[in-house]
Amino acid sequence: MLLRRASSDGGAGVRAEEAVVGLATGPVPGGPGGAVPVRRGSPSPAAVATALLGELLVTAGAVLLLFTGWQLWWTDVVAERDQAVTTAALAEDWRSLASTGAPAAPATQEPPELAAPAPGAPFAVVHVPRFGPDWPPRPVVEGTGAADLEAGVGHYPGTALPGQVGNVALAGHRNTYGRPFHDIAELRPGDPVVLETAQGWFVYLATTAEVVLPSQVDVVAPVPGRPGDVPVERVLTMTACHPIASARERYVQHAVFDRFVPRAAGAPAELALPTTAGAEVLA
Amino acid sequence: MSLYGALWRCLPGPLPVRLVLAALLALAAVAALFHWVFPALAPSVPWNDSTVGAAAPARSTAPAPASSS
Repeated sequence: MLLRRASSDGGAGVRAEEAVVGLATGPVPGGPGGAVPVRRGSPSPAAVATALLGELLVTAGAVLLLFTGWQLWWTDVVAERDQAVTTAALAEDWRSLASTGAPAAPATQEPPELAAPAPGAPFAVVHVPRFGPDWPPRPVVEGTGAADLEAGVGHYPGTALPGQVGNVALAGHRNTYGRPFHDIAELRPGDPVVLETAQGWFVYLATTAEVVLPSQVDVVAPVPGRPGDVPVERVLTMTACHPIASARERYVQHAVFDRFVPRAAGAPAELALPTTAGAEVLA
Repeated sequence: MSLYGALWRCLPGPLPVRLVLAALLALAAVAALFHWVFPALAPSVPWNDSTVGAAAPARSTAPAPASSS
């Protein structure tokens, strides 16, 4: 130990230590000829350990910074790209369906019954004009797992499908992974939320919003807030985290079904407008 | 004696070549982190807990308000 510690002191110190060692332990292993095993310029183990620890800590700090950048920026880049691809693929599917002579939309405005989507499968596209022209329509996928919410807006399994009596419950990230519901708190009563499927457009109009705890699952019950009640209305509920960049609470936006627009009738007018006609300007 | 010092000494060639190689190595490390490591870590960090409500025993039967951060 003593031999090595001497190394960092340089000349005089080294010689002094050598002398001490020589006195204390007798002949050193290096031989009597003065070939002491002290390599000049090689740092002590403590210095090496400190330097390595410092490098590791600096590296860990850099990795944590990178993780922050990845979470806040890169997940958006990837998710927005992937979700745009999904939306385009759905639109393509629906176009080809329409062109292959699918049965014409019924004259009645009663919304059609949808087949239950497979877990993880995109089955609809959600349009929210209030979110502005820079907000591309997002795919709606079946399920609310982490992978589902990276793929788009998640549809709570077991809740109503678009147009069905009951509650169509949707979950979306408010931040990161494309943050589809980032502006959910900007929705005002009457704002349209439109679910587009192969059959057409299901127009819902926003009603009330509330902030709840993550454990309050009754907001997505068939009758929101009244678990167990038999639904008679067609409603929709969007959930996102609240406050932004936190998982402490949930922001919940309710909406009520307005009408179904079959594909043959063309896109509803709501989609062409940045906000509801004559409504207040987006703040 | 240091990790990065040892790495630097391992790099062949003159200074410009070493600089380019070092930059490529750093880029590869960042790419690996972004592509594999961070996505694997993301579910474990608290602010990404997107199904807090569903963590209850009723996970499969009762849907929960999901989505976070």
